[in-house]
Amino acid sequence: MNPELVGRVFPPTDPYLVGREKVREFARAVFATDPQHTDPAAAQALGYADVVAPPTFAMVIQDLTLQQLLAEPESGIVLERTVHAEQRFRYTRPIVAGDELTGRLQVTGVRPFGKGAMVTSEAEVTDADGGHVVTATSVLLIGGEE
Amino acid sequence: MTGLEVGAVVAERTVHLTRQSLVRYAGASGDFNPIHFRDDVATRVGLPGVLAHGMLTMGLAVETLVPWLGDTGRILEYGVRFTRLVVVHAEDGADVSVVAKVGAVDADAARIDLTVTHADTTVLGKAQVRVRVDG
Repeated sequence: MNPELVGRVFPPTDPYLVGREKVREFARAVFATDPQHTDPAAAQALGYADVVAPPTFAMVIQDLTLQQLLAEPESGIVLERTVHAEQRFRYTRPIVAGDELTGRLQVTGVRPFGKGAMVTSEAEVTDADGGHVVTATSVLLIGGEE
Repeated sequence: MTGLEVGAVVAERTVHLTRQSLVRYAGASGDFNPIHFRDDVATRVGLPGVLAHGMLTMGLAVETLVPWLGDTGRILEYGVRFTRLVVVHAEDGADVSVVAKVGAVDADAARIDLTVTHADTTVLGKAQVRVRVDG
């Protein structure tokens, strides 16, 4: 793992358009049963424009930012030797179908851990108006090379 | 949203995961790390078997709470530590149990503590959801 990645801010990801069927697919995958995730009328009754994504759907956008990190030739990260150690989301509002979201990744910490490193990164997710939606913080344990 | 007394259990459930659940989550989330569907890769990197995605466990845990909350928008913050592996056996799958209990209440927010277990072991550490309690 390259310690020079600390403080690095990656360019914003291409806008991700949240689709209603994608929200339904994700809801089913996390065993979400509440109708606000699948039924537009139920979501509208709560004041949302369309179906509401489950809270951890933000990971889909965060993952796009982490792909940027993994794609860094200098990062020294191998996916199958990467373990997710911690995850946190801070929400301004839930993600709703129709949102066009952009993620911006910043590596906030790298510290040695065994043969590898603990890497902390923050992905700030904003909507088409630039409004804050959610900040996703993850700690990844990156295994060292054998 | 009722029963906001410290210590009260506000929601609970058990979810049975199979390899199909993992493939479904991989497709829905875009996380195609092969340790979540290939025994050979899991073994090669020293794991006891194919694992559930930590984010699947985290995701299904908080969803236990949503029908009680009534509105996902009440969730202000949600964090976990992934402390133990959930190995999903090819034939037997794995059960994950979630108990959501009120941990603390103040004027405008409450902390809900999630206890998430598999095979009698707690698999998520400090799994806490901060929720808005006003109107």
